[in-house]
Amino acid sequence: MLIIKNLHAVVEGKEILRGINLEVKPGEIHAIMGPNGSGKSTLANVLAGNKGYEVTEGEIWFEGKNLLDMEPDERAKEGVFLAFQYPVEIPGVSNATFLKTAINEKRKYLNLPELSPKEFLDMMKEKAKILGMDESLISRSVNVGFSGGEKKRNEIFQLLMLEPKLAILDETDSGLDIDALKIVANGVNVFHKDDNAVIVVTHYQRLLNYIVPDFVHVLYKGKIVKSGGKELALELEEKGYDWVTSNELETQSI
Amino acid sequence: MSQSVLYSKVKNWYLSNFEIFSKRLNGSKNFFNEIREKAVAKFTELDFPTRKNEEWKYTDITPILKYNFVPSALVSIPKLTLDEINKLLFKDFDFYLATIVNGVFVEELSNLENLPKGVIIGSLNKILKDRPELFDNYANDFLSIDNIFNALNNVYAYDGLVMIVEKNVIIDKPIQVLFINGNNESEVLSSPKNLIIAKENSQLSVIFNYRGFGDKKYFTNSTVNVSIDEGAILDYYKIQEENEDSYHIEKIDVIQSTKSVFNQFNINFGGELVRNDINTKLNGEYIETHFYGLYLVQGKQHVDNHTLIDHAKPNCLSNELYKGILDDNSHGVFNGKIFVRPGAQKTNAYQQNKAVLLSSGAKLDTKPQLEIFADDVKCTHGAAVGHLDESAEFYIRSRGVPEELAKSILIRAFANDVVEMMKIGELKEQINHKIFEHLHRIEFKNN
Repeated sequence: MLIIKNLHAVVEGKEILRGINLEVKPGEIHAIMGPNGSGKSTLANVLAGNKGYEVTEGEIWFEGKNLLDMEPDERAKEGVFLAFQYPVEIPGVSNATFLKTAINEKRKYLNLPELSPKEFLDMMKEKAKILGMDESLISRSVNVGFSGGEKKRNEIFQLLMLEPKLAILDETDSGLDIDALKIVANGVNVFHKDDNAVIVVTHYQRLLNYIVPDFVHVLYKGKIVKSGGKELALELEEKGYDWVTSNELETQSI
Repeated sequence: MSQSVLYSKVKNWYLSNFEIFSKRLNGSKNFFNEIREKAVAKFTELDFPTRKNEEWKYTDITPILKYNFVPSALVSIPKLTLDEINKLLFKDFDFYLATIVNGVFVEELSNLENLPKGVIIGSLNKILKDRPELFDNYANDFLSIDNIFNALNNVYAYDGLVMIVEKNVIIDKPIQVLFINGNNESEVLSSPKNLIIAKENSQLSVIFNYRGFGDKKYFTNSTVNVSIDEGAILDYYKIQEENEDSYHIEKIDVIQSTKSVFNQFNINFGGELVRNDINTKLNGEYIETHFYGLYLVQGKQHVDNHTLIDHAKPNCLSNELYKGILDDNSHGVFNGKIFVRPGAQKTNAYQQNKAVLLSSGAKLDTKPQLEIFADDVKCTHGAAVGHLDESAEFYIRSRGVPEELAKSILIRAFANDVVEMMKIGELKEQINHKIFEHLHRIEFKNN
């Protein structure tokens, strides 16, 4: 589904990603972990097409298409979704209208008819229920006046509504208490099926108790320095990032 | 031609037309004669402002003076049908309608039936003739000339709209006043003179809707005098959508008494060169004043908003929010004066002025001017000029929304602080529609 080859990216003149290689297949959940500044959020933003991040080398293939040739909205319509670390507030635009616009733009792109108001409303109600969202949030302006937890929940609500092929969660767990974390994780698990994939970007192992990854990758200084199964996350939690980063230093010094 | 030669030539043009105009009036004597005499004296004395004049520093009025606009009283009034004017109205809510064509009230195009008792709305000229006693207490408020354009308005004053609402009367629906300016025959000067008197504890909502007619260039030069008496509430929507090559200058002069509330919306879409002066004097205690401004300009449009909130007495609140969206090579000017006079203690005065530039050719000049002569006051002001938020645009696009539509969503979000404050729901959606229509951008509808 997703193949990343030797990806290098620069932010404000500084090289943040320095040769990432990653392959994600349908049905898989990958966790990207790493200390602050290791390039986790950069990778998430590059995948979604944020122009603030410049790709200087490497390739990204999504479903056989060159992702780097696509505008952010094309990527979304092809099936890439980024749950933002800091969701943006849009005053005067209701959640419902925003989502209806996004869904119908995607359907237009895929040569599907627009959803009828009833279909859309039923879908909203069903997805909101999964996340225990108050229906009043749906008619409110996008993220305006939402608490940090409500914003994150709203990201997962958008994920469920847009039904992408690949979901990238950028620090979705930050700022969530344990109850909110469980609700958000449950939403992701409802979304996850054999034909789609999830990349969970996180600093802590906590979220991975609820969204269980098939693979864990440790990012350090813009490279994946270690990959393993879900037990790697637990090991990291126990031993700290120093454990892998010192390994990395050793391999570098050889 | 040098500027000073041009300026005096134009002055002579308007003065010589005044002689013709006076003769046409055929000696009919009324309240207006006195006004006109004073106005002619003022017009003769004052000069057209150059950019050396601080009040006109960012607005060059020379383009207006390059045309010999004929006062509308000297040309025929275009005949319009109800169907034609219907297209120009804000709709889908109940309202009373008054139509003013080139400054003259037109009964056949108005609908003022079943007005509540104690409400007079109609032709200023006619009501002055029929019931001059109504204006006795307001004679001094009626002539306020700050510049040569206000003087010119009064020189040619002979009609306009008058609204008088008696004590304790609450008007059940908004009054939409449609000003149609322009003429297919000649380049016309339209000089409506308008008056609103809201007496004690009355309440009313007015929509001043300015539209253009025909394909000739024209100049709307208007004045509005408003008195909001004790405890009265006035919601005032000015929505200016004149022809794109027209000139529009208007002064709104307001006096508020104790415990009155004034909500003023100043929305500008049209005009090639537009100047609004909106002044209110808070001449009592416990007064509330809200100024909301929104201007959408594109092409080579120039819109200059000058506001003045004069806190003359203690314990009042004023809140001002102006937002501008500027595209192409358009130019905006915002000058917001707040005076807090000696003794006006416990004044709360807030001013915010924000603009977003959609292109590199668009420009805004902004000048907040706070003059505070009391010590126990809360006054804040802020100004911000920027571009559409790129991170917000990325967020929207990352959901599958194309670039142009994402920009429209952000434009709508930016205008929302002002549009949302309007109290007539149907008007909000129609204003939102006009925003995109005017900027020639894809509409984003919130429904």
